[in-house]
Amino acid sequence: MTIFLVVMLYWYIVYLYRSEKKGEKDYEKLGKIALDDELDSTPVNSSDPLPTDNKEQNK
Amino acid sequence: MQSNAALEYDYSVAKLYTYTAILFGFVGMLIGTLIAAQLAFPELNYLFGEYGTFSRLRPLHTNVVIYGFTVSGVFATFYYSAQRVLKVSMAESKFIMFVGKLQFALYLIAATAMVVTELMGITQSKEYAQMEWPLDLLIVVIWVLWGVAMFGLIGIRREKALYISMWYFIACFLGVAMLYLFNNMAIPTYFTSGNLGSMMHSVSMYSGTNDALVQWWWGHNAVAFVFTVPIVAMIYYFLPKESGQAVYSYKLSLLSFWGLMFVYLWAGSHHLLWSTVPDWMQTMGSVFSVVLILPSWGSAINMLLTMKGEWNQLTENPLIKFMVLASTFYMLSTLEGPIQAIKSVNAIAHFTDWIPGHVHDGVLGWVAFMIMAGLFHMAPRMFKREIYSKKLIEAQFWIQTTAVVLYFTSMWIAGITQGMMWRAVDEYGNLMYSFIDTVTVLHPYYAIRALAGVLYVTGFAMFAYNMIKTMTSSRELSEEPQFRSPMA
Ligand code: HEM
Repeated sequence: MTIFLVVMLYWYIVYLYRSEKKGEKDYEKLGKIALDDELDSTPVNSSDPLPTDNKEQNK
Repeated sequence: MQSNAALEYDYSVAKLYTYTAILFGFVGMLIGTLIAAQLAFPELNYLFGEYGTFSRLRPLHTNVVIYGFTVSGVFATFYYSAQRVLKVSMAESKFIMFVGKLQFALYLIAATAMVVTELMGITQSKEYAQMEWPLDLLIVVIWVLWGVAMFGLIGIRREKALYISMWYFIACFLGVAMLYLFNNMAIPTYFTSGNLGSMMHSVSMYSGTNDALVQWWWGHNAVAFVFTVPIVAMIYYFLPKESGQAVYSYKLSLLSFWGLMFVYLWAGSHHLLWSTVPDWMQTMGSVFSVVLILPSWGSAINMLLTMKGEWNQLTENPLIKFMVLASTFYMLSTLEGPIQAIKSVNAIAHFTDWIPGHVHDGVLGWVAFMIMAGLFHMAPRMFKREIYSKKLIEAQFWIQTTAVVLYFTSMWIAGITQGMMWRAVDEYGNLMYSFIDTVTVLHPYYAIRALAGVLYVTGFAMFAYNMIKTMTSSRELSEEPQFRSPMA
């Protein structure tokens, strides 16, 4: 159990960094959601206008 | 969808919960101060007949500060920040607006009924789950409505990515729902005793050790999902927003989130060390409690690092002071907790005043500080006025910080003294002290804690006054501040 959790933990860390390196995701830009939170400001990850980034959906 | 220029965030529900947070916060802490004084000066038990005794007021204190103050604070900050990080206004959906208001109305009824029934002595006698079954049912409805509002807003959001605070709010919602249902399984005694019992009093469906286990699975996770998870949600939004600095590491925040979720649920049995619970379960509780340091410190350090390069704000902006101290106290209590969960330490700490000491460096230093800072940050945006007085916030900060330090240092000393005296034996193995000996020795520390209560509640009154003045008579703002909250 403990080993399983430890493996999961490291897998997740590697996963986070890998997916950023490969350019699939950019986690750090999500931090801006809190700063730029006006109703009419452009969403960091907008759903309507750009159908391209469908991979972005959170797991 | 983004063309509607007149559209604004709608804070009506957030405002309502702000009022109840202030009200219940003051009442709850006043009762806390009274019971602290009662422990030092027992004559104070007889002020209001049966309604003023420690045994009636202690559960009232915990319930009012948890379900009145903290939960109001959680709802207020949720209805404020969720709209903003999802970039969608409550005004856009009549349905969600209605659900939010209905939820508040029911909440007010439930909270009032909670105060009245507990004063009357109607209770399930389970810690943090004292409310009787009719209220439990009402709470389920309130919680479901919250879920509807939450997922409703998520459903119509413009910002597709869910900000980390939302993850924490969702976890709070799901965690409490699951635990609450299991722990409150109860049957009115009327049905269990051939119609001799009462409809208003119920007994748990579990008994003995099982009951204790379920109770503390709930009890500890009430700490997790009411005092930790939503408060972390708050700090992840308010600290970056107030300081203008994005979270130091978003990846670390995700990692800490999943860490916390996996580990917290297993730690509850640390409340039952050295009891009749199976040994392996106690060990598991200990181990998971120690592991819990990692995700907790992950979030806290992430917050402190968010201030990197901007530490001057700590001296300039009192709200930053509150929040930085809150995350520091979070670190303190999440280090202290695991230490207490180590079996050998627990043998001394259990049943002593060290435990309320630990509880209150968390709730006073972390939970209440964060809620007050959040509400202060929201006030200029909700009421479109600057905060009434910066000097008052500064003074409040120092008075309350002194209070927290007095509270936990006195309880550390009291608790360890108590634990040592209970176990002390002479050369023949006889106990050296009787219970009353410990009470006499502890008197000065109880008096210090009562003083700490007076200071903290004074600080809270200053907060309430400042907020009310901000709502009513402060200078009006022409436009919404972006980061730092304006104050006079
Ligand atoms: C003026 C501030 C406060 C004072 C003076 C105070 C005082 C007390 C006292 C005397 C007790 C009983 C301890 C015992 O039975 O030995 C207690 C218990 C408790 N209080 Fe407070 N309190 C205050 C604020 C708060 C706040 C703001 C919260 C939560 C948000 C809180 C949460 C609790 C909890 C959870 C317990 C139960 C602890 C346990 O079972 O170990 N208190 N408080």
